[in-house]
Amino acid sequence: MVTALLDTARARRVAERVPDPELPMLTLADLGVLRGVEVGADGTVVASLTPTYSGCPAMAEMRADVAARLREAGYERVEIRTVLDPPWTSDWITESGRRKLTEHGIAPPGPAPRGGPVPLVLSPTRPAVPCPRCGSADTEETSRFAATSCKALWRCRACREPFEYVKEI
Amino acid sequence: MSDDHVYLTLAEGHEDDTRWAYGTGFEDPLHGVDTTVPEGVDAAELAADCVALADDALISAQRLAEWVTRAPELEEEVALANIGLDLLGQARLLYTRAGQADGTGRDEDAYAYLRDAADFRNVVLAELPRGDFAFAVVRLLVLSTWRLAHFQRLVDHPDPVLAAVAAKGVKELAYHRQYAADWAVRLGDGTEESHRRMRAALDEVAPYLGELHTAYDVRDEVADVLRQVTDAAGLAMPVYRPLPGSGRAGEHTEHLAPLLTELQGVARAYPGATW
Repeated sequence: MVTALLDTARARRVAERVPDPELPMLTLADLGVLRGVEVGADGTVVASLTPTYSGCPAMAEMRADVAARLREAGYERVEIRTVLDPPWTSDWITESGRRKLTEHGIAPPGPAPRGGPVPLVLSPTRPAVPCPRCGSADTEETSRFAATSCKALWRCRACREPFEYVKEI
Repeated sequence: MSDDHVYLTLAEGHEDDTRWAYGTGFEDPLHGVDTTVPEGVDAAELAADCVALADDALISAQRLAEWVTRAPELEEEVALANIGLDLLGQARLLYTRAGQADGTGRDEDAYAYLRDAADFRNVVLAELPRGDFAFAVVRLLVLSTWRLAHFQRLVDHPDPVLAAVAAKGVKELAYHRQYAADWAVRLGDGTEESHRRMRAALDEVAPYLGELHTAYDVRDEVADVLRQVTDAAGLAMPVYRPLPGSGRAGEHTEHLAPLLTELQGVARAYPGATW
């Protein structure tokens, strides 16, 4: 029993350290997509992942990376499960994940909108995202979409630097 | 495990490992999800609902992808392609769910690549030609608003997989709708030319609204959003003029077949091809 618990803790540590393929400064645990790691009585490791966006093309790579790292750590039987419910929210990005994003010039998301009917907001005054480089709030959105599903493009009027911003969903 | 290379890892464990790049064996989008259809859910009906929703998404994604290299600005290409990618992701999950529910075990590729136009159940509005950017904005506004309203109800569907796909989709669709609404206001309240194009786009979309309302009873929610946007954009609400026929019954315009020819061409010409 104790061995199994220790083993689960070890397997979790291995899976938690796997970097995200698109935001490699974050681990899958930082990003909040690793939803669980269990080691069964027969030694099978079951790791659960959830996609950030339905069409996220990095899912296959994440799955393969987690399985590969676990096998390298000596777990022969590895099973990766997809968890769709509850859906990923940017609120699951950890504090350390947010810090690492900022350190790499990517603005972390604000609080995700609450559930329920989603109101349409047509006012141009959406809250400004603080610049991850200089901290200025004098920023503007340049594109609601960027190189990956989870980011938008912004620029800072104070330090003149463009930056990416992880959208809150 | 000698490889750090993801693609070798992906190919591992598949009998025909030369086919992984095309097939879905390496990435079942519902991999490891409990796929039992709950008691009390009509499996055939569930499958049909999933196919219709997936077809709307796949055909829309294909039209959105046509904007790559054609949008007025690079940022808009990125935006439209990203929106298409979200919809493609929804389609993949829904096709996979349909294949489990209808008992055929068909995978997503069988639905996307191996059906003819008459087998598709997407609403006609999704298949209309690309049009200009104003039309793309208006179509996206209407379809994302309609789909979002329906998905908000599907969140309580008794099938947990469909409910989960919907819950995830709601977040994405709200973002798509916001993008389209922002552009609709900017263009409607923009220059004389952009205003004229937006008016033309709304006229063009109007006859297809009836089909949307017949498919899902979310008319009030759609009208509320359209009113909010058209008011802010200085445009008139589209006038409801129903057309006969419905894509939900497999009745399509002449525009769907050429779209499918392009979408399915390689998969049909070279079954099981890799690249």
